[in-house]
Amino acid sequence: MALKVSELTVGDVHEEEVVRNLSRTQIVQYAGASGDYNPLHTDEIFTTQLAGYPSVFAHGMLSMGATGKMLTNWLGDGRLTKYGVRFTAQVWPGDTLVAKATITGLREENGQQLMDLEVSTTNEAGLEVIKGTATARIDP
Amino acid sequence: MAIEKFPIEAGHIMMFARAIGDDNPIYYDDEYARTTDSGAVIAPPTFVQSSAQFDPDYFLRPKIGEEWFGSAKGPTGLTKKPESSGGLHAEQHFEYHRQLKAGDVLTATVIPGETWEKQGRRGGKLTFVESITEFRNQNGDLVVTARGVGVRTERPADSTTKES
Repeated sequence: MALKVSELTVGDVHEEEVVRNLSRTQIVQYAGASGDYNPLHTDEIFTTQLAGYPSVFAHGMLSMGATGKMLTNWLGDGRLTKYGVRFTAQVWPGDTLVAKATITGLREENGQQLMDLEVSTTNEAGLEVIKGTATARIDP
Repeated sequence: MAIEKFPIEAGHIMMFARAIGDDNPIYYDDEYARTTDSGAVIAPPTFVQSSAQFDPDYFLRPKIGEEWFGSAKGPTGLTKKPESSGGLHAEQHFEYHRQLKAGDVLTATVIPGETWEKQGRRGGKLTFVESITEFRNQNGDLVVTARGVGVRTERPADSTTKES
């Protein structure tokens, strides 16, 4: 079920909702799994009273991981050769995220078909929280 | 920083996949995974971030017998004045060289990257620090190259400052 170059066109878009109504518990799950226990993500008292933020907020890597789910659901498993992002805004409890990939290039390198993507994840207000790129191997 | 042993464990992959909201069976169902191209449970694309669990000195994990800067009875468990919370994550980039599978055992080597400065939107200097981590498997083969960029602000955060 890998993507075939003959079925793809530059400008094609794939999008998927990857987080709905983000819970503090999911952020705790991410802290536990990743090992990043920065209290800014899970400790409301520290984050509001000491660090001065309005509430805890998600690890950037939670949003990058959720955005990666959109990529692997579309491309298939083990197809990515590169995936990189900038964290452009914070993600807060209650946020719903939609991740979108747009094809920016289809090319061949050393006999391998590759697809370049622009990646963008936005919250329910339309604010971009992740901006990045990815490259994947596709079938001829 | 270096990590001498980062075992890629199936249970850890399952928990990580749950945390990013991904129910793809290739991350937890061994029988299903055997029917796929990879032939085994694999790790999601951002999984090597959890190598922090195997870094003995990772500063964002409470250490047994040491004070922790998160809240206890009050907003911090520290008895002395708290330092910075360690800045924020600005960028992360991965290059994939080989499929990362349950059962692999990785080592990680960190190469310091560049440091640069920028004026923040609300004034105050932002300092960006890059680091590159090479993850190799039990055969010495490069599996993933990770490039992270962290940012520190000159002033402590306030509720109107969102420069992450």
